[in-house]
Amino acid sequence: MSTGNMNLTLKVWRQKNSKDSGKMVDYKVSEISPDMSFLEMFDVLNEDLITKGDDPIVFDHDCREGICGMCSMFINGRPHGPKDAVTTCQLHMRSFKDGDTIVVEPWRAKAFPVIKDLTVDRSAFDRVIAAGGFISVNTGNAQDANALPIPKAQADAAFEAAACIGCGACVATCKNASAMLFVSAKISQLALLPQGQPERYKRVQNMVAQMDAEGFGNCTNTGACEAECPKGISLENIARMNRDFVTAKFVSEEEG
Amino acid sequence: MSAINSNIPEGDLTTKWTKYKSSVPLVNPSNKRSLEVIVVGSGLAGASAAATLAEMGYKVKCFCFQDSPRRAHSIAAQGGINAAKNYQNDGDSTYRLFYDTIKGGDYRAREANVHRLAEVSANIIDQCVAQGVPLAREYGGLLDNRSFGGTQVQRTFYAAGQTGQQLLLGAYSALERQIGMGKVEMFTRHEMLEVVKIDGKARGIIARNLLTGELERHFGHAVVLGTGGYGNVFYLSTNAMGSNVTAAWKANKQGAFFANPCYTQIHPTCIPVSGDHQSKLTLMSESLRNDGRIWVPKKKDDTRKASDIPEGERDYYLERRYPAFGNLVPRDVASRAAKERCDAGYGVGASKLAVYLDFKANTERYGRIEASKAGIHNPDKETCMRLGTAVVKEKYGNLFDMYAQITGENPYETPMRIYPAVHYTMGGLWVDYNLMTSVPGLYCTGEANFSDHGANRLGASALMQGLADGYFVLPYTIGAYLSKEISVKAIPTDHPAFVEAEARAKGILDHFINIKGTKSVDHFHKKLGLIMWEKCGMARNAEGLKSAIAEIQQLKKDFWADVRVPGSADEYNPELEKAGRVADFIELGELMCIDALNRNESCGGHFREEYQTEEGEALRDDENYAYVAAWENKGDGTFELHKEELKFENIKIAQRSYK
Amino acid sequence: MGSIANAFSSSIGKKLIMGLTGLFLISFLVVHCFLNAFVFFDKTGALFNEGAHFMATNWIIRAMEVVLMAGLLLHIVQGLRLTFQNQAARPVKYAYNDGNANSKWYSRSMGLLGTLLLMFLIVHLSDFWIVSRFTGIEHFNGSTPADLNGHEDMFAVMKAKFSEPWRVGLYVLAMISLAYHLLHGFASAFQTMGWNHKKYTPIIKATGVWFSIIISLLFAAMPVAIYFGWGL
Repeated sequence: MSTGNMNLTLKVWRQKNSKDSGKMVDYKVSEISPDMSFLEMFDVLNEDLITKGDDPIVFDHDCREGICGMCSMFINGRPHGPKDAVTTCQLHMRSFKDGDTIVVEPWRAKAFPVIKDLTVDRSAFDRVIAAGGFISVNTGNAQDANALPIPKAQADAAFEAAACIGCGACVATCKNASAMLFVSAKISQLALLPQGQPERYKRVQNMVAQMDAEGFGNCTNTGACEAECPKGISLENIARMNRDFVTAKFVSEEEG
Repeated sequence: MSAINSNIPEGDLTTKWTKYKSSVPLVNPSNKRSLEVIVVGSGLAGASAAATLAEMGYKVKCFCFQDSPRRAHSIAAQGGINAAKNYQNDGDSTYRLFYDTIKGGDYRAREANVHRLAEVSANIIDQCVAQGVPLAREYGGLLDNRSFGGTQVQRTFYAAGQTGQQLLLGAYSALERQIGMGKVEMFTRHEMLEVVKIDGKARGIIARNLLTGELERHFGHAVVLGTGGYGNVFYLSTNAMGSNVTAAWKANKQGAFFANPCYTQIHPTCIPVSGDHQSKLTLMSESLRNDGRIWVPKKKDDTRKASDIPEGERDYYLERRYPAFGNLVPRDVASRAAKERCDAGYGVGASKLAVYLDFKANTERYGRIEASKAGIHNPDKETCMRLGTAVVKEKYGNLFDMYAQITGENPYETPMRIYPAVHYTMGGLWVDYNLMTSVPGLYCTGEANFSDHGANRLGASALMQGLADGYFVLPYTIGAYLSKEISVKAIPTDHPAFVEAEARAKGILDHFINIKGTKSVDHFHKKLGLIMWEKCGMARNAEGLKSAIAEIQQLKKDFWADVRVPGSADEYNPELEKAGRVADFIELGELMCIDALNRNESCGGHFREEYQTEEGEALRDDENYAYVAAWENKGDGTFELHKEELKFENIKIAQRSYK
Repeated sequence: MGSIANAFSSSIGKKLIMGLTGLFLISFLVVHCFLNAFVFFDKTGALFNEGAHFMATNWIIRAMEVVLMAGLLLHIVQGLRLTFQNQAARPVKYAYNDGNANSKWYSRSMGLLGTLLLMFLIVHLSDFWIVSRFTGIEHFNGSTPADLNGHEDMFAVMKAKFSEPWRVGLYVLAMISLAYHLLHGFASAFQTMGWNHKKYTPIIKATGVWFSIIISLLFAAMPVAIYFGWGL
């Protein structure tokens, strides 16, 4: 029940640090079980590299159950690999065939500089949230949770937008490296809830301004982000953000 | 022994906290601006504390080892968060939540802390909803609840199977707001490696910038550790790969007692191990036990497919043994019952280390309700199953998908195979009522402390405790300490204590690099995990624990002689990070065994085979062990036990029964 | 006012300009297509010439022509700026990127399709618009200056131009580019303006598909029909 019988060729991006120019390097892995996750296959490869005295491949990962959003591999031309609606850590080797060649690269975007090998810096996302992705309510200021009923459909829609794990697959796959799906998901979540209304138009202006300042590209509505999002965040959110942005800039009297 | 004082305020249990809050010394706003607080960890307990302290006006520095505070492992909590709101009008109250938590913890928690937790639980829900956390709602627009193990009321609030994620993102957004306003300075990809003590008080930390390898000195008038649990001592657990005990362990080495390390929660519903390659285990939310029925075949070594085993040949052992609570018994009870069946030879699946979690009966029941809503009378079975599956999908869709993804099986058609796995650690740094450790100025919140869950945590109580500590308890109690520190100017980090602490940390890192052994860090971690799981896991006995201690001591020697850490200490080097964490896990593992050996009784998550009833239930020894075991690290590999007696003045201590 | 000024320099503002100018250009396509259709209703070309004359002399149309040119220019300039900015947002390209797995090639190739259309427009404008508006058709080789009604005989110019097979081929290719450009652009403009609705978006999308195909077919039909003498 331990090892399996898959043999694979991996082409992996290796880059010593942010200044190094980096290159693709070929590796062979053998006795891979189809029950392994993609990251466990990398564990096997790294164990092998360490034994040989080579530097193991550095990649981001943490919860390994598809929710922390830390894992981030661009596998065979797609973020999080060939299966829809899963993260890299939830991708299992049964999605590949014995003898396959698998190309693994880091997320590529100016706003996500490579730190080392497959690890990139996604702190731009945090700065976008810090610019307005919150409701300004200090601890202890809240009224009773049931004081404001919220229609179920609206609460559910807010939840669907809030399901974003901030992995950055949307940016990685977008031909323009645009972050609009991520940004709009947070804007939508809060715009859909009554609690989010007081800051609604200030929020959209500030978050969009920060998004632009980070050097993300512009959305051209190809829909790749939605197709690749492991949590199925919808393009409707981008439309809602656009709508709110227009209202904020041309209707609302509030400056960002 | 004298060092241990829990500082519980005098007076009636129900008014202690209110009175305390009204009489606790305050810090005026202008003084708050010059008081600095370090918060290590950005999970529910850390992020909520950092955000709230900053809102109050303190200068806060917050640290996390992940690339963003939003990734802390609180995010993975699925099921829900308890609160005594009584929105369902089913007789819930602060007292009942308090009672359930004490009883669920097998009478090994502090009454005053737990009551306070129950009191503030309702505020947490209010706060989170105000932050825009999209908790599940009913059609009327009001909040929905479900039930969790160990309770007979519906008090669990949830957001599909992603409650932890939503609550954490709420706390994260509050934290980012403070970061944006410049009131919290955030240090991501930083790991705390030392606590700095000056004149006996915690005055800062040494943190390693994981990207550059640089060791940084940070001063704080007080230090808060919200660094999570130590379940990864077992190698395989439901914890994130990076979850570790290092911050708490370094604190232990600096004089903070470690309490009840042997109390480990083994969660009954996890996906079974599939092979040696496995790097972690995945939890299936306890909420599944609302609708799933757990069973094994009545026949030993039955190799038939689940669907081929007729109803009469199935043993719904939880319903059989515990008719009152059935499938919703507390976690420790459910886990042991599963182990008992598998050990007896009734396990299912290839490994025989699994039981079935079956949704068929409830799917059909839901289908019948849906059919009657749709005006279909006497629906056939197929219609019921089709309609019912849609309901189940709505409730648990993401969990079912996750199961299918990991196992390659379709849980809508065949029952899930589940087995217990390490999930949570009730033990942790000892703290007093103020959440202060035995080192003045060093606080500990959330899973990292030992305080509220006794020997076993009830489902949906971890999120409650993390947020209670961070939003509503620590921000008050830390003021009591800081009010006496207002005259202390920020201490420059060239103070000898900082220099010395940094040298300690550097010495260890350099040592790892220089061992140049033959085996990877993971090799040792896996070995440790196996020892712990087999001898200090779901069931323990004196003989096993003694041999485990010897084995761990040997493992420690081997580790320090033969570990191979590639690369250098002045670069981004995850193997080096792991080495430091595993080194601490090895020492902690030994202490866990020592604690388990010391506790000659069974309670909650600590089950000593020598101490059980004739029916195989845990047998406590209240006369001799109704105490918190707080361990002082003597620095030479030995530990001194300090006891905090537990007094039960409001609850009649009794044998726990869920029958 | 500050917010309005900086609205258009933001990423969403730039998209809005693309979407609005795009929809405006689409409206022009409809007018243009309508005029083209005259060819099929009057074999002598008199109706077509009448339409062309109206377009050339009506002052509202002339004013709109300036707006149209400005809109076109804005669409082109903004499109180029966005394309360059978007390329800069990913300085290091992927070694292997499987774009077809998640999006349509034409959605990812709007810049390229737009450039093809621009090249076509240069040929098209010098074929007809420059001739009609600036150089005058009397200088146009082999045509009569005016038709029976005394209008410029643009119909004759067209017939002459579309007797050349390479030009017909070029026009057809350009209309294929137009179809794909619109296939993405039509619905995309609505999304950019925030018009995404569970009930209406499917209608917008379907309309976009039909519009793109029909209008491109109608445009392509004219040179092809003239070349082969179908119905004329």
